[in-house]
Amino acid sequence: MIEARGLGCGYDSRFALKDINFKAAENELLGIIGPNGSGKTTLIRAITKIIRPQSGRILLEGEDIDGMEFGELARKMAVVSQGCDTEFDIPVEDYLLLGRIPHRKAFQFLETERDMEIIQRAMDLTDTARFRKRSLNKLSGGERQLVFIARALAQEPRLLLLDEPTNHLDIAHQVKILDLIRRLNRENKITVLIILHDLNLAGEYCDRLMLMDIGGVHKIGRPEEVLTYQNIEQVYKTIVVVEKNPVSAKPYILLVSEEERARKQSKTERSGHRNK
Amino acid sequence: MSQKTFALLAWILVLGAILIVVVLVSLSLGSVNIPLGRIVEVIFQRKGSVEHSIIFDLRMSRILLGFAVGSSLGLSGVILQGMFRNPLVEPYTLGISGGAALGVCLNIVLGVSKIGGGLSLPLSGFLGALGVILMVYFLSARKTFRIQGLLLTGVMISFIASSLIMLIMAVSRVEELQGIIFWIMGSLEESNWFLIITMLLVSLAGLLAAYLFCFDLNALALGEEEARHLGINVERTKRMLFILASLLTGCSVSVAGIIGFVGLAIPYFIRLLTGIDYRFLLIGSFLAGGAFLILCDTLARTVISPLEFPVGVITGIIGGSVFVYFLHTGPQQLFRKT
Repeated sequence: MIEARGLGCGYDSRFALKDINFKAAENELLGIIGPNGSGKTTLIRAITKIIRPQSGRILLEGEDIDGMEFGELARKMAVVSQGCDTEFDIPVEDYLLLGRIPHRKAFQFLETERDMEIIQRAMDLTDTARFRKRSLNKLSGGERQLVFIARALAQEPRLLLLDEPTNHLDIAHQVKILDLIRRLNRENKITVLIILHDLNLAGEYCDRLMLMDIGGVHKIGRPEEVLTYQNIEQVYKTIVVVEKNPVSAKPYILLVSEEERARKQSKTERSGHRNK
Repeated sequence: MSQKTFALLAWILVLGAILIVVVLVSLSLGSVNIPLGRIVEVIFQRKGSVEHSIIFDLRMSRILLGFAVGSSLGLSGVILQGMFRNPLVEPYTLGISGGAALGVCLNIVLGVSKIGGGLSLPLSGFLGALGVILMVYFLSARKTFRIQGLLLTGVMISFIASSLIMLIMAVSRVEELQGIIFWIMGSLEESNWFLIITMLLVSLAGLLAAYLFCFDLNALALGEEEARHLGINVERTKRMLFILASLLTGCSVSVAGIIGFVGLAIPYFIRLLTGIDYRFLLIGSFLAGGAFLILCDTLARTVISPLEFPVGVITGIIGGSVFVYFLHTGPQQLFRKT
């Protein structure tokens, strides 16, 4: 579906990404994880042609995106970015109709029946129909995120890119958003590329994970292959304990505070003395 | 037809009706008052009567020019505010008016107008405007179109132009000074029908061209990156819109001088009425800009008749007061960013 081959790109002359190779298969839910500044968002920006690759290629359904028009790209893939303007005073319904822009024909100035049907379906899928008349900036963070996803769906994409869609949300909304994305992936056959900060959620929901580190891919594979304490400690430079989620059997990452780490260490040292 | 489309069409009809009323009132008022009822009759009369000549030769020309200039400024303002995502941008922010004024000043001081005839002032104004447009474009828009850079370049060019104008004024003779000041204050008095018709065609062509970009502008309201995600070729769109808005402003300024406020506030009020949908905003600002300028010009020539106020004074006083009034009492969404 989407593939990067030897991709390198960056801002000005500074390279942010070096030699990225990955491939997301059709109907896959691929998670992108990594520390701040590891190039996750830059990768999304390269895929959406906001920045141009300095080397390598990005292929969408086997076709180099460099030769594709923005409009063509927008009919195939939709983006829910962090940069969505949240103080935008516009009714939800009108906002969703903006998602139909890539499908408009030349000189088509009015909405068609089909446009209305599609945004209705997008609202049904995301459970947002109840605030269709309300203004976007009057919604709560969680509701707004659902609307952003609904707008992306209005584009009828085959590939959906999401940049930390669960940021700043409570656990109920985090689960709701990710359940929705998983459903869209499984039932509506949309390939998903999603950036997540929460490693546990990433492990729980994604088919495969791509762990990025300072502009490169550290490891790519199934959650239990990527979320090992060796990988995490190496990339994040943080001590973690990896357990298994008792229900889903997916890897679960626990953090330990400095105080506890010190106590543990002194305890092992003391027991060491006694043994001597 | 959706409810919203219906509401927007209704607004366009309302604005159209207001425009027609303003035109009729403007035709009727003046040093000789012609009753509203007689106007239609007079229009269809044959040439020759005094009233016919007053309406067509004196008033109609000003109304048509007022409409063309007002609608162009309204349109240019709404386009620029849309692409800059900043409601404080107006057609003159980019330094185009400064360039035009400088062109006219040079023309007057160098005495070209005495040789060139009636068309030479607007032509030199247009050349000045065009010079600034090209300069701003090549300084900050050729490689990557940086919105903030463009704005700053425009403001700086305005400063340079006004300083140069002051320099010229300081060394010019009294009668030249009068000509310069008169031009800068702006006026819709123009007897050359060629210019009036050209200006009308420019404004209509501007509306048609801008309308092709109405969805690009809608998408740009979300921000440039989001607009790209929606498939808009942002760089190309900004380039085209910049050129379009500049030409509209340049033509308006060179024909009618510097008439402030229309391009700043008309888009503001129209946006307040209907929200951010450029399918309506473009037509709305076009109609309202035209109607507003005709109204102001009517006041300018009737209030202290037989003398006349400069029309820019009226647009500034009326428009500015209404604006400030709304700023403090009106709905708050007026002052939210676009």
